Amino acid sequence: MREKFVIGLAAAAGLLLAFDLYRILLVLPDEAMQGAIYRIMFFHIPAALTGFTGYFVALILSVLYLSSGNLKYDSLAASVTEVALVFSCVNIVTGSIWARVIWGIWWTWDYRLTSTLISILIYAGYLMLRRAIDEPTQRARLSAALSIFGCVDVVIIWKSIEWFRTQHPGPVLSIRTGGGNIDPAMEHMIYYNLLAILMLATALVLVRTRQEDISREIDSLRRTANAAERNIA
Amino acid sequence: MDPHTLALMYARNFMFMFYGFSAAWLIVAVYVISLARRGARLKKELDDVRRLTDSADSPL
Repeated sequence: MREKFVIGLAAAAGLLLAFDLYRILLVLPDEAMQGAIYRIMFFHIPAALTGFTGYFVALILSVLYLSSGNLKYDSLAASVTEVALVFSCVNIVTGSIWARVIWGIWWTWDYRLTSTLISILIYAGYLMLRRAIDEPTQRARLSAALSIFGCVDVVIIWKSIEWFRTQHPGPVLSIRTGGGNIDPAMEHMIYYNLLAILMLATALVLVRTRQEDISREIDSLRRTANAAERNIA
Repeated sequence: MDPHTLALMYARNFMFMFYGFSAAWLIVAVYVISLARRGARLKKELDDVRRLTDSADSPL
């Protein structure tokens, strides 16, 4: 049942992405100042928003783990964080390629870019920490603490383009500006692609969560086997 | 801007757009492949551990 749902969700995401790609490349016109390169925005912004959503969901799951002690929340938080990190990487790489054309540079130590890089390092650290600790409860507690700490940086990323006016442009989406900064057709396309990418990310999280469940089952079987061996000895 | 420079600029923009799209999909594809490989490894590991515990439980 669950596998069928994951396959269905991934297929629906794939179809929507293909339809979006058709509209991005063949229906929407070039942007007056930037030409064709502005189309990177349709992956750059949804990837960033998917990353933010993932980190926020991981924050909630981490708090739930700390308050309940249920390892299921920890597994889910780890899965969501890993997938969010993938989309943060998509965001930073596509942004860098876009910047090379528009700004003439691949990278600058602007507040938005730097805080995004810091978040990637924090969440990569989160995944490395999980690999380094074998004891499940200790691993879950420290991971939850790091996830909560990491979310502070996510807030800084979100607000950085309002607080500091440096290289990265200010907010463009009408949900933040009230409208007027972007053509409505282009903005709608961002939301369509966000929906498709969120669907894909959800399918990946479900697959990853299943793997976390299998890992826990393996751990549990190994512990049982070790305990039985000790009893025999 | 003369038409030749404009054509070059458009070609360059299009090329970088292609790089951007390719990079985005490449990152997702690498992750999906790593996920599939990890899934296969875990499934094999689970089968091995189950076989081990079953053989330990079975009477001689």
